[in-house]
Amino acid sequence: MKIHFLPQAILAVLVAAGPSPAASVELLNVSYDPTRELWRELNASFIAQYQKEKGVTVSVKQSHGGSSSQARAVIDGLEADVVTLASYIDTDAIAQRGLITGDWAKRLPGNSLPYTSTIVFVVRKGNPKGIKDWPDLVKPGVEIITPNPKTSGNGYLTFFSAWGSVVLRGGTRAQAMDYVTKLYRQVPVLDSGARGSTVTFVQREIGDVHLAWENEARLEVAEAKGDLDIVYPPISIRAEPHVAIVDVNVDRKKTRAVAEAYLRYLYTDAGQEIIAKHYYRPANDVVLKRNAARFPTLRLFSIKEIALDFPDAHKQFIAEGGVFDRIYKPR
Amino acid sequence: MAFVNRRVLPGFSLSLGYTMFYLTVLVLLPILACISKASTLTFDQFWAAVWTERTRAAYLLTFGTSLVAAGVNVVLGLLVAWVLVRYRFPGRRLMDSLIDLPLALPTAVGGLVYASLYVKKGWLGQYLVPLGIQAAYSRLAIVLVLVFIGLPFVVRTVQPVLEDLDAEAEEAAASLGASRWQSFRRVILPPLYPALLTGFALAFARSLGEYGSVVFVSGNMPYKTEIAPVLIVARLQEYAYGEATAIAVVLLAISFAMLVLINLLERWSKGAAHA
Repeated sequence: MKIHFLPQAILAVLVAAGPSPAASVELLNVSYDPTRELWRELNASFIAQYQKEKGVTVSVKQSHGGSSSQARAVIDGLEADVVTLASYIDTDAIAQRGLITGDWAKRLPGNSLPYTSTIVFVVRKGNPKGIKDWPDLVKPGVEIITPNPKTSGNGYLTFFSAWGSVVLRGGTRAQAMDYVTKLYRQVPVLDSGARGSTVTFVQREIGDVHLAWENEARLEVAEAKGDLDIVYPPISIRAEPHVAIVDVNVDRKKTRAVAEAYLRYLYTDAGQEIIAKHYYRPANDVVLKRNAARFPTLRLFSIKEIALDFPDAHKQFIAEGGVFDRIYKPR
Repeated sequence: MAFVNRRVLPGFSLSLGYTMFYLTVLVLLPILACISKASTLTFDQFWAAVWTERTRAAYLLTFGTSLVAAGVNVVLGLLVAWVLVRYRFPGRRLMDSLIDLPLALPTAVGGLVYASLYVKKGWLGQYLVPLGIQAAYSRLAIVLVLVFIGLPFVVRTVQPVLEDLDAEAEEAAASLGASRWQSFRRVILPPLYPALLTGFALAFARSLGEYGSVVFVSGNMPYKTEIAPVLIVARLQEYAYGEATAIAVVLLAISFAMLVLINLLERWSKGAAHA
């Protein structure tokens, strides 16, 4: 986490020292780790469109890192105009400190979700362990790779998925507890972040199955050139990476209009197509249908089906003293 | 004042003032900020955050592996320093400059490389794992990277003292009939004690705070290979700043106590060396 801090501090200084927003406007988009390629393409496309329409030159600076450390950087003063973080929990933490105001999730279409994602399985070539569904993961001898739920968004989403796969298919809480306990006992390495787990699974060749973000899984399988396969379980969590304008910052920097246009652009057909191209599930149903081949259907359950909301789920399952802590308690 | 003015640096008050300022801004203030953040918790909250089965396991692991690694480094470091000081061989200078490399390398890189060497399919792991030696994702792995990180501290503290050591004393010991072991233990080692202890303390302190490399090799399994700094990061993830700093304060307090102890030992050993 420390590693990310310095570049952000430098960026913050750069932005603060930037020119006045008259002729050209500069936005800072603070995002999470695996979205680099997505935003590079979205930014280029938005900049061209805005230049053509309004005659204003916009440049967008990106900052990437672990989602919650990025949120902490914004709370501590990184002057983000927009935040596009991995989870509601992180955006909400910024809102709770007063930097984002009002009922922010309601301000943009579809609950401020230009795209959603989920957790899927990546297995070795030919799926030698026959992993098709969540119960297959806890068969004897299956090694599972997924990051630490305490320190990673991918990590806790995996946990929520695993939990939901039991309780939403007729299981009791006790059965779910039993299942996640078995599952995490078969995880040999709890990496601190999503990319760390990818390295462990792909480069170190540890484990039989990797539980990862859908878009990361797609990249991983594409780069492995046939050594890995993707498996869609019948049910998984709907991950909700919200986008939001950081009100306090855009008002001070007088960038609200551009920041709003920027986030609205994500919902246009062009924006949605780019999102689909990078394997994030577009909010627009028409675009989703057009790309149906990229997005196999599965039951994506909402966090509200297993808890009140994301913060509540985090508190119940992941936070200190929660369900996850009980898994490792020595008996 | 006449006495003070004979010092090389001008102005005792100026240099002292500068030192105090420097120490305050760079060292004391951050520590105070840490303590003040932790003191936003009530005593019960503080205690609940820092003293659970899981944090105790993490402290034990952090201090245990750091102690073992520092101990290994004292032996290895002395050996390396000895070879570098007492022998002339081709490649000596290259070897000498290699020693500082762990200080320059981002520790995350060190951790990643160590892990990939020792996993089942790694260069070394393919021979070690069949023998039952798990040197990746285990406690042994943590010790290994900490040894890597701490080595320069021992070598660089022992080296100058060893260079100053008079070979005549050893020759005298030999001519008086001392065995090799005796002259090593009675003649060479005593003047090195203070430097070895300083090196030990530095390597130990460095290891306590290490995060970047350890998270990549340890596997981060709660109760088994989860170091205390990982717990701090986990609490930050929950935006529980107070609890996170509380754990940091406990680490600081234990480290400080141990470093004071080592300092006392060092002073005592200096006295013993001069006696």
